[in-house]
Amino acid sequence: MADIVNVSGSLRNRLTLTLIGGAAVLAVVLFIVVRGYAAQIAQQGQDSILEASVTSILDTAILRDGQVEVDFPYASLSMLGTDSDDRVFYAIYQDDTLLSGYKALPHDGKSLQNQTVHKTATYVETHVRMATASRILVGANTRTLISVSVAQTQDALQVTLARISRNVGLFGAGFFLLSVLLSFWATATTIRPLKRLTGSVTKRGPKDLSPVASPVPVEMAQLVTSLNSLMGRLDTSLRQSEDFIAEAAHRVRTPLATVRSHAEATLQRVDRDENRQALRSMIRAIDESSRAAGQLLDHAMTTFRADHLERVDVDLVEVLQELVLRLTPFAEMKDIDLVITGEDQVIIQGDSILLQNGIRNLIDNALKYSPAESEISIRVTSQPKPTIEICDQGQGFPEKDMDQLVSRFSRGDNIKGIIGSGLGLTIANDVALAHGGTLTLNNRPGGGACVTFSF
Amino acid sequence: MRYLFVLTLCLWPLAVWPQDWEDRQVFKGTSDGQTLRILSSTDTSYFAPIIDQYLKEHPDWSVEYLVATTAAIDQTFRKNPDQFDIVISSAMDLQLKLVNDGFALELSEIDHHDWAQWRQRLFAFTAEPAAIVLNSAAFEGQAIPQTRQELIQALRQQPDKFHGKVGTYDVRQSGLGYLFATQDARMSETYWRLMEVMGNLNAQLYCCSGEMIDDVATGKLLVAYNVLGSYAAAKQEADQRFEIILPSDFPTTMMRTGLVSKGTGQGEASEEFIRQMIAFQSNAENEASPRLPPLDISPLGARPSVISLEPALLTYLDRLKRRTFIKEWMNAVIQ
Repeated sequence: MADIVNVSGSLRNRLTLTLIGGAAVLAVVLFIVVRGYAAQIAQQGQDSILEASVTSILDTAILRDGQVEVDFPYASLSMLGTDSDDRVFYAIYQDDTLLSGYKALPHDGKSLQNQTVHKTATYVETHVRMATASRILVGANTRTLISVSVAQTQDALQVTLARISRNVGLFGAGFFLLSVLLSFWATATTIRPLKRLTGSVTKRGPKDLSPVASPVPVEMAQLVTSLNSLMGRLDTSLRQSEDFIAEAAHRVRTPLATVRSHAEATLQRVDRDENRQALRSMIRAIDESSRAAGQLLDHAMTTFRADHLERVDVDLVEVLQELVLRLTPFAEMKDIDLVITGEDQVIIQGDSILLQNGIRNLIDNALKYSPAESEISIRVTSQPKPTIEICDQGQGFPEKDMDQLVSRFSRGDNIKGIIGSGLGLTIANDVALAHGGTLTLNNRPGGGACVTFSF
Repeated sequence: MRYLFVLTLCLWPLAVWPQDWEDRQVFKGTSDGQTLRILSSTDTSYFAPIIDQYLKEHPDWSVEYLVATTAAIDQTFRKNPDQFDIVISSAMDLQLKLVNDGFALELSEIDHHDWAQWRQRLFAFTAEPAAIVLNSAAFEGQAIPQTRQELIQALRQQPDKFHGKVGTYDVRQSGLGYLFATQDARMSETYWRLMEVMGNLNAQLYCCSGEMIDDVATGKLLVAYNVLGSYAAAKQEADQRFEIILPSDFPTTMMRTGLVSKGTGQGEASEEFIRQMIAFQSNAENEASPRLPPLDISPLGARPSVISLEPALLTYLDRLKRRTFIKEWMNAVIQ
């Protein structure tokens, strides 16, 4: 089959990376948004304290005998104490004249009434947050505008922001890590049905072309439908070709038998040596064809029965004895002894016709490749598992392509002049596989081939 | 012209100090090296042990110690911040304002209690209560007042005896006196009643604690209010003619503080001096005499009367606030 698949990318990696990338973007957005929001809240906190301070100072401003007095309470500045000991500046203006405080604080002179203005300003190379408010004092003949500004450095705010940044950063990182774990989990969960389908298809027997029956997610339904229909067509066409071969073999075998009997009859009647020679060649060729047709039929039958295996109790020893009895005439033609050793009874669950077929092919092979006046030993055991071992004293399997021999129409390259179709071992192997067993080929150290048929 | 300029530059330090220092001493190290210039409100004798300790460890340095009143220190230092390395003062508010206005160098290496430092630039190294000092002879045979209220009663009962013989700081001159007065006023109305009573008795006004204590000892004064308890305690060791009362209603306690000028060219040595000063004051084993009281290292919350280092100290330094306060004070005291 096609071993090389054109692979491009990985669904799992793509899904994981997409999820992780999304999580990273979310974590960064989360960090920026939360930090910005926290900074805003922290700034509002400072602003409201500054506003309270400004208000408390402004509230104490009074006109007494035409002179402004601002007897602001200790708390006005006390409330501005911070952990970082921020510097505090203030300025009190009457109209545009500095009454008291720090002259260098920015003063724009036209601040709105009843409204506190917050801004970030610079006081002598230092960034400060400033709140300004103003109020009109009405005296006997005068109206005067008092405006108060209170400013504070932002050291404590920076410390708070750094802490918030660190916490939010940690939070974001934790969120990201959790998302990464979830991504792996989600990917694994998503990929699982695909893996399950792959597993179930991979685990199938070589002849199993039945449709996939286990439930699949809706996204995979179309793929599985296509796969099922593909397998259905494949099954049909395979079955058709097997049927065709069986039919063809059958059609060929019957006329061949007729031809052979005619040739034999003719052989009795002709006297000239060259004609007899020609007829003998003809008979051998007919035998070869007939045998091939027979094996093709066997193979088709094996394939069919393996697909619909009926398991009953079969005694392997009995099967072997029957086969040996049937094959003894052929063996005696070459003076070959067929010897069965081992246990008296080995019962397995299987299809007796298939087993007979497979084992007969193995013994056939052994007979074909054995030299005259040799022995074929057949050994049956049930421990550790039911096994039949058939060994001859021939030249053995060719070492270099022993694994290829079980495939169809494959023959060893050391068997010139011996009739064979290359299907014998294939049939035996199919039978073994159908029974959940294996067929093992090896050579005996002293010469000769051994086939081990185990269940 | 250029020579004139150089000459002016050379004579500049002399021109800057036509000032009358209360005291000016140079503590020489073993070798002629660089000099640390310390501007201080603390009497030399109290501060000398700290300088001696420093010179023992750093013999290659000399220390020039200049004493002035807290208000004078503030003015002088603001005019010429580059001329001094270290400023020591008992007026916490003026010191804090110097730091707030950016005159102090950050000493990041010094590890001090949070409540005893501000912005890592201003470091407290003593805790000294304001005390009432009474002439022992005058109160012989009668109960000694323990609170401001009892003092008011004692003064009212015998106005003739105390007339002209009560004294306190002149808050217009003394930074420390102003700090004590404003903190007292902040704590309780009793302060104003006491001031009115003292004003009725023709209170004498002083610039400094030392003179007040001396006058109480000699009997020129019978009662002195808001005297530095530490000075009084030191003097009492040699002179038993007066009693020191720490008012039990609310003993106002100030912390003497030090800072390093931002304009100093000798930041490391100055920082080392401050560090040693704090270490010296934290070591209760020191037997130097006279000595400044150590910094009480129990948590601040346990002693609410200690004036805390916070921006609120700027409040009474405000021009309008000060004007109002002084006016009120003068109405009460000067009659």
